[in-house]
Amino acid sequence: MRWSMVIDLDKCVACQGCSIACRFENNTPVVNPSEALKGRAIRWNDVFPLPINPTEETGEYPHVQTRYLTRPCMHCDNPPCVKVCPVQATYKDEEGLVRQNYARCIGCRFCTVACPYGVRYFNWYAPEWAGALHATPVSAPEYANPDRIEGGGDLEGPAVRPLGVVEKCTFCIHRMQKARARAEAEGRDFRADEYVPACVETCTGKARFFGDLDDLHSTVSMLAVSPRAFRLLEDVGTHPKVIYLREG
Amino acid sequence: MLKVDPRDKTKLIDPLFAAPGARFWLAALALSAVIAWGGTMYARQFIFGLGETGMNRPTYWGVYMVNFIFFIGISHAGTLISAILRVTGAEWRRPITRVAEAITTFALIVGTLQIIIDMGRPDRLLFVILHGRLQSPILWDVISVTAYFLGSITYLYLPLIPDVAILRDNAPETAPGWQRKLYTLLALGWRGNREQWARLEKAISIMAVFIIPVAVSVHTIISWILATTVQPGWHSSIFGPYFVVGAIFSGIGALFIAMTAVRKVLGLEQYIAGRQYRNLGLLFVTMNAIWAYFTYAEHLSIAAGQQVEEFPVLAAKLWGEFAPGFWLMVALMAAAFWALAVPRLLPAAAERVPVFRPRYALASAGAAAVVLFLLVTPQPTSVHAALTDAQIRTLGWALLALFVVGAGLGVSPWLKARPVTASVIAAVCVVIGMWLERWNIIVPTLTHPRLIPYSLYQPTLTEISLTAASLALFGLMFLVFFKLFPAVSIWEVAEGRVIEEAQSKIVIPAPEPSETRRLRQRRLKL
Amino acid sequence: MRPAASYHPQNKHEDAILSPLRRITFADRWLWAVLLGVMGLGAYAYSRQWIFGLGVTGLNRPVYWGVYITNFVFFIGLAHSGTFISAILRLAGAEWRKPLTRAAEAITLFSLPFGVASILIDMGRPDRALNVILFGRFQSPLLWDFTAVSLYLFSSVVFFYLSLLPDIALCRDRLTEAPLWQQRMYDLFALGWRGHPEQFRRLERVLDGMAIFMTMLVVTVHTVVSWVFGMTIQPGWHTALIGPFFLLGAIFSGTAAVVIALAILRRVYHMEEVLTVNLFNSLRKLLIVFTLGWLYMIVAEHLTIFYGSLPDEMEVFWQKFTGEYAPIFWLMVLTVFVLPLIIFVFLGKSRIGWMVTASVLVNVGMWLERYVVIVPTETRPRLVSTLMEGIGNYQPTWVEGAITAALFAGMVLLYAVFTRLFPVVPVWETAEAVEAEVPPARPRRRVFGAGRPR
Repeated sequence: MRWSMVIDLDKCVACQGCSIACRFENNTPVVNPSEALKGRAIRWNDVFPLPINPTEETGEYPHVQTRYLTRPCMHCDNPPCVKVCPVQATYKDEEGLVRQNYARCIGCRFCTVACPYGVRYFNWYAPEWAGALHATPVSAPEYANPDRIEGGGDLEGPAVRPLGVVEKCTFCIHRMQKARARAEAEGRDFRADEYVPACVETCTGKARFFGDLDDLHSTVSMLAVSPRAFRLLEDVGTHPKVIYLREG
Repeated sequence: MLKVDPRDKTKLIDPLFAAPGARFWLAALALSAVIAWGGTMYARQFIFGLGETGMNRPTYWGVYMVNFIFFIGISHAGTLISAILRVTGAEWRRPITRVAEAITTFALIVGTLQIIIDMGRPDRLLFVILHGRLQSPILWDVISVTAYFLGSITYLYLPLIPDVAILRDNAPETAPGWQRKLYTLLALGWRGNREQWARLEKAISIMAVFIIPVAVSVHTIISWILATTVQPGWHSSIFGPYFVVGAIFSGIGALFIAMTAVRKVLGLEQYIAGRQYRNLGLLFVTMNAIWAYFTYAEHLSIAAGQQVEEFPVLAAKLWGEFAPGFWLMVALMAAAFWALAVPRLLPAAAERVPVFRPRYALASAGAAAVVLFLLVTPQPTSVHAALTDAQIRTLGWALLALFVVGAGLGVSPWLKARPVTASVIAAVCVVIGMWLERWNIIVPTLTHPRLIPYSLYQPTLTEISLTAASLALFGLMFLVFFKLFPAVSIWEVAEGRVIEEAQSKIVIPAPEPSETRRLRQRRLKL
Repeated sequence: MRPAASYHPQNKHEDAILSPLRRITFADRWLWAVLLGVMGLGAYAYSRQWIFGLGVTGLNRPVYWGVYITNFVFFIGLAHSGTFISAILRLAGAEWRKPLTRAAEAITLFSLPFGVASILIDMGRPDRALNVILFGRFQSPLLWDFTAVSLYLFSSVVFFYLSLLPDIALCRDRLTEAPLWQQRMYDLFALGWRGHPEQFRRLERVLDGMAIFMTMLVVTVHTVVSWVFGMTIQPGWHTALIGPFFLLGAIFSGTAAVVIALAILRRVYHMEEVLTVNLFNSLRKLLIVFTLGWLYMIVAEHLTIFYGSLPDEMEVFWQKFTGEYAPIFWLMVLTVFVLPLIIFVFLGKSRIGWMVTASVLVNVGMWLERYVVIVPTETRPRLVSTLMEGIGNYQPTWVEGAITAALFAGMVLLYAVFTRLFPVVPVWETAEAVEAEVPPARPRRRVFGAGRPR
């Protein structure tokens, strides 16, 4: 089983619903405006214009040539972040997910520096959440997602992060665990289409697809061979598992 | 009861037992104040998080990482001087080995501290050992720095044993009890008989040979932390040797500063003499040239490749927001080279030529500053029009070059007459320049990533305070160490004197009369 | 009318050094004949290439550079032997090098032209060689190469000639039984050298200055040669380390070649007194350092590539480590590093036979190393499919083999003839080096200067 995501850029309207769904699903902390200006905002799924650093080809207003890209973690098959973690806080599991263990992370930020896609984020201060009933941030989310992956020195997923650790998109692994548990309780096999991450579920334009790349009949496998399919930074050797379909 | 030469006793041993004077207390107090300030800033950082620094996404590594590489680089001073020169039989190293080895040990301590300061979760430091992943370059780094640290401490301690035994035996009556006990403890019962000497020599020789590859591996592995990523500007195979050369280079600079300080404060002109400065100066100039070669090779590769992600990093350094830092580094390295190389090549008669006088150097430097100001800063419109003309700009840069060379020439005889000052000037240039070099390697790459918008990085007060506190800590450790232990290795210097005396008694059979013997002046006396 | 004989510093080995010049043996003539024969074969091979074109070689698309370019880099690398011994060691004040300088510089002098010849042989239109000067573009690394190597060739000739000058005068004065043409040659080239103290002083000054210049030149030359590869964007070539890597390799193979040359000279010309075992021991230490340095560079290069995992680079990486070029690559590692290190460290001390074996292995390995840097990158390009028959395969033909053999034969021939015409150990430089007899187990301890006010 190899989890993969396909994003059809033709259908994406850059509404950022995916980013917002992700942040609530995963208890992502907020930062205040001055911190955000310093580039410390945390967005596991980020929506941004491409090319991200303008060149001559981008053009000047009003003849600008850009497009919008929505980007989760690539969950690479050859992840440059896993190689460099000195304490195995980030690791690749048997299903191809690149996971992050908040309980193990020592905050050295080698993985954040090694990732060429910039999908990793760091808790510069103790995480805070926007209080629904207060104007100021609070130290625990009031309406939190209680799911977490925990146990045996592990703390992953939507678990509330401590200060000084790295976090990133997990393909909503907690949802997968719940679906697996349900299947087990019902005494049947777990099927790959039983769970989708929050961003895939929310997407306004139904542009995101999720599934098992090892299953040749799954949606993602069939879309992956489309002539419109491409992956980001293919020449860097990371073998990312998020596949984009370019605008038709 | 170990005897000691009376000259050595006055100069090297007595100051250790004298009560520390006002200067000492003042210095210790000042350094401690800076360290305490750094401590409070660190406490804030520990409580509130790394948000107190200027780091952000994508600049996840900043001043702390630069400091780390800088301090570990400086630690290569000790290995070079003590080990390599010992293995190649260079006698002139004897008076400076203690200072060099001390620099190594303290720089390693302060350097490792930088990493702990940089960690997001320093309370989880042990995870590196408990759950270590061998595939990670950080883990190789931990292993090699630990090995180097243990090796350096041993290499500092072994030659210290006979000296401490001398101190133990020659302590005056008024010496405090704790100090006597300290020396007795550290001397490990050294008696100075033949057996012990043989064993000590053997141990030191083995350590010297063993520690050289360890030192080379340390800075190579540190460079591989950067080179094994795919980030533009970092993923370069030259980093290994490049960093080692830079480390030895900055190490010699630090050694110059430290040995001059020790020489000045303790009055050790008889020991740390012109010969040490001259030979270290030659090594310095060679390392400078090799460093320049590596820097050129690195940057030319990127410039010629012109690959889409690499080139913005280079452009940022050459003419972008990192240009002032980059060109300042180049200027400092060139100045360091000039300060040590040109006075050597200048004939004595040059003093009579007017251009070789300090006042003309000052005038030239002033003119150069004016021209630089005109060229680099934005000017009011009346001047602006003239300055944008390409030919006038080229003329401007040519004039600048001329003035700078003039300033350099003018100051050369002054430098020639003061080799120690020249060495210190060169050393300070190098130390600052190498810090800038580390900055120029780390930050431009991080601020020009592929898929994150280019960003700026501005260090905050926390980072600056902690840098200052680290330097102060280094200084304080140095101060305290040389208040307790002799700054010059007494037995090595004594051994050197014995060898010199023995050599002067060897009769070399008179060579056949040859006119050329008298005529051939060895220029490069070592 | 012969001018009055000039002054020559006394050297007790003078007779031993001059004895090879006094006669040419039967074995010599045989050797020269064989070498000329090999060169003839090479000439024939080249004539075929000239007439039919480079198609007679094994080169193809995408392997456009092969054995000839390997030879070029190898010969230029070999040339660094002389400069290293004469210039760099001179600046470092290593007195023990003196007996070696002439032999080493002769290697430089006689390998450089063959390096240049390799390039001309490799050109598709050698008749248009002058276009490089007439229409040269300075942006091209080949032009830097051309400039640097020309300068190096010229400087080496001058440096060599200058250090030879007093000995030519010596030959003129001592070799009175030589044939007339030979005596006239000595006369001409001696330039009226008198041996005045003033002349010696001037000569030393010039050589000191040239030593600095040659050191900078040697660093430049081989770096620039490597930049012919390094300044492209081809995977495996485009690495910043290639400059220092090639430089170290050049000095390494050059020093090993000096060992080979010295051993042969010592045996054939019975110069055991002059070329002592201690020289070989000093060279042995240098070679150990170079071997370890070479390993360091290879590891740095390949570890960086491996961790980066960039697909284009990894293709070339696997070609070398496990692919078609794996046998050559691992043979190279064996002959450049593993075997020589074992031999140098454990077997080489004072044993010239083993030293020569290791040095031969080093040079064979360094030729393979150049081959392994150049060819695998070309066999795994980014956008040329290597699935088709013949694409990406490179099999050198007899033409390339014959020409390579001819180049080596030419170098050896020139060297052999040289040793019969000029003294191969500098008589005037070793004149006052009486201490060459005292076996320095370690470099001489210099007088310690503590206490001398400065």
